[in-house]
Amino acid sequence: MAAVAKIDPMLPQPYSVREVVKETADTFTLTLEPSNGTGADRFQPGQFSMLWVFGVGELPISISGQPAQHDRLVYTVRSVGQATHGLVSREVGDGVGVRGPFGTGWPVDLAQGRDMLVIAGGIGLAPLRPVIYEVLHNREKYGRLVILYGARSPRDLLYRKELAAWARHRDTQVLVTVDYGGLSWRGHVGVVTTLFKYARLQPARSVAMACGPEIMMRFVARDLETQGVARENIYLSMERNMKCAVGFCGHCQYGPHFICKDGPIFSYDRMRPLLEKYEL
Amino acid sequence: METLERIIAEHPFFAGLESHFPNLLTGCASNARFDENTYIFKEGEEANEFYLIRAGRVAVEIFAPQRKPIIVSTLGEGEILGWSWLLPPYQRKFHARAIEPVRAIALDGKCLRMKCEQNHDLGYEMLKRFAQILEERLEATRFQLLDVYAVR
Amino acid sequence: MATQALAVLTLQQLERLIPALHDRGYQVVGPAVRDGAIVYDILERLSDLPVGWTDEQEPGRYRLRRRNDDALFGYVVGPQSWKKYLQPPEVRLFAAERSGQAFRILNNESAPPRRAFLGVRACEIAAIAIQDRVLQGDQYRDPIYAARRERIFIVAVNCTQAASTCFCTSMSTGPRVRQGYDLALTELVAPGRHEFAIEVGSEAGAQVLAELSSFGAGTGESPVSTQEAIFQEAEAAVDRAASQIQRRMDTTGIQELLYANFDHPRWDNVAQRCLTCANCTMVCPTCFCTTVEDVSDVTGMHAERWRKWDSCFTQNFSYIHGGSVRSSAKSRYRQWMTHKLASWIDQFGSSGCVGCGRCITWCPVGIDITEEVRAIRQSPASSSTVSSKESSHGNS
Repeated sequence: MAAVAKIDPMLPQPYSVREVVKETADTFTLTLEPSNGTGADRFQPGQFSMLWVFGVGELPISISGQPAQHDRLVYTVRSVGQATHGLVSREVGDGVGVRGPFGTGWPVDLAQGRDMLVIAGGIGLAPLRPVIYEVLHNREKYGRLVILYGARSPRDLLYRKELAAWARHRDTQVLVTVDYGGLSWRGHVGVVTTLFKYARLQPARSVAMACGPEIMMRFVARDLETQGVARENIYLSMERNMKCAVGFCGHCQYGPHFICKDGPIFSYDRMRPLLEKYEL
Repeated sequence: METLERIIAEHPFFAGLESHFPNLLTGCASNARFDENTYIFKEGEEANEFYLIRAGRVAVEIFAPQRKPIIVSTLGEGEILGWSWLLPPYQRKFHARAIEPVRAIALDGKCLRMKCEQNHDLGYEMLKRFAQILEERLEATRFQLLDVYAVR
Repeated sequence: MATQALAVLTLQQLERLIPALHDRGYQVVGPAVRDGAIVYDILERLSDLPVGWTDEQEPGRYRLRRRNDDALFGYVVGPQSWKKYLQPPEVRLFAAERSGQAFRILNNESAPPRRAFLGVRACEIAAIAIQDRVLQGDQYRDPIYAARRERIFIVAVNCTQAASTCFCTSMSTGPRVRQGYDLALTELVAPGRHEFAIEVGSEAGAQVLAELSSFGAGTGESPVSTQEAIFQEAEAAVDRAASQIQRRMDTTGIQELLYANFDHPRWDNVAQRCLTCANCTMVCPTCFCTTVEDVSDVTGMHAERWRKWDSCFTQNFSYIHGGSVRSSAKSRYRQWMTHKLASWIDQFGSSGCVGCGRCITWCPVGIDITEEVRAIRQSPASSSTVSSKESSHGNS
């Protein structure tokens, strides 16, 4: 992490909305830049910020942009409640408070010289996008890249143009599926695990990174292991209620782990005994 | 040109079969092609074949009144389409439509059933493999039912 | 840190303590009787303490009773703990004001008062140390806690009696105060006699003691032999407190015990009793969970973010999109107890429990954490054990 002036981790830094892009009916991508003209916070793929909407509330949102772009922070947010609605209704120029970045990142380095399998479900593609950027910007360091993406329906697909562009890179495979096809969809229909059989990579030399609803990650991780990917090479992004993001409020505990500082990225071999515990 | 026997023997579905079995199956096999947007079979029809898909994508559909048919899953290269030939009443439960041009090996159901009755070892091998497929499809279907991406 | 300075003070000399602390800029807080309980409040003079009071504590029961002497510290701990000052129940994180589309954070927090804690028990010193580790000793440092913590002057009190709900000996936190104080006193009271054996724990404490010792009716220092006898008496008094402790908690292998018994039927048992009222977390001196609340004025130009105590027993504590992860009372009780006794060790290197017994006393239905541990230990169920009824489910 770059050396920055000691900032109180509880105080939001003022950022301004630079751009709002509507991805789907309820999902928007916000680009924020620091209000005082300094560089944006550096982040590792997989980390998140706490975004504060004046007088409304604060939310943990994964950073979804390019780590190499130092003048901005990008977030893809799904509007599901009051706070997220407040966030996605921001207009260009509005102030948004940013705390962070927090948490552990995806172990992208682990995949150097190996095949990388990125499995995203729904909005889970947002926290994985920085990984994809990282690999594609440094293509020669990594083996094959396989991106498997499942969404509810074709209308819920994020980053469609980028998905097509990613597929054109060498040794890069992009497979997309939906749970409900609708009328004009001619692609895969079925859960994301049904795409595994088409992935062209060697499980024994693969690192997998999965993000999506917890049930989805459970099914995915289990199937990956059956396919021959080692448990220590499967990574998940976990989520729990979060209030402070710095390990003081106690809300994000998952077993002995604080999702905000021990995670959100965890290896499957650490998560497996916890995932099967109901109401942990 | 690949013989049907070799295609069957090398198909992942039949991996591990004793070497004389593919020959038995070849007698029930034929090449099949379907144009884009044609129905391979429809619900209610007699289930006479199952297919090893070699290329293209097939949509498994259910139709309901006042709605266009709903695609519940798609199957592609390397996958098996159709199992209703295996169990009575040998009737198709869904539509299957080629949504891309499809090439497949069709295996005649009646022919296969007869051979399985005569040779229970072959029957057992077939059932083991279909049980595996059914289990995978059931798990995937249950997962799909959960509608995990919906907002609660 | 503890110097070996010892002294014996009379009650008269101790009367100077609060003024001496005031002179040094401290606001003195300590036990006081309010509404039938001994809580922590501002003290102006020694007589503000619960003089001549004691407490009777049982699971789900707390009563004050008059003593037949005028002891200042003749009771144990009440429903409050020092966390009310160090990690306040409500504190403003920041204020902000809007100007146009932007906003700016107003940094106008005034410094918290310097406080002297008078009457801190050994279990409470341990609890403060535990919260130090959580809120200052990990990846991040809570500036709100840190600002209050560094200004504290601690006058500790060695317990000379125990309540029936105490179990500090099992948690190795008391009853004797060993470190973490500026001054520690043991009260010795009998007809015609009221003295305090004092130990010094810091330079600041030594200075205050010097001032108190010099005050008096010119009797001079007591002879060393008398002082030794008094200290032996003080030791014995604390030993007596230890011998009065009735409850035990066996913490051997407690992490494995609780982790391995996630599905133990005892959790269903306690769930039938637990009201999820959150009393235990409110009175527990180490519980630290908080929530945040955003408020703004009617014009929408001024907003504040407040931090407030929260409890893992609340329904919404674990809420994420559409539901709470820990929806049942069973899961919430299990979370609290497992965290307190087991996960805490993984997280912070020590147990989260100091054996003060408050959770037992203040639980309206008298759930006893030591009893719950015992019940699980006596009949551990491995996770693969299923009753014959359940095993008939088979594969579906």
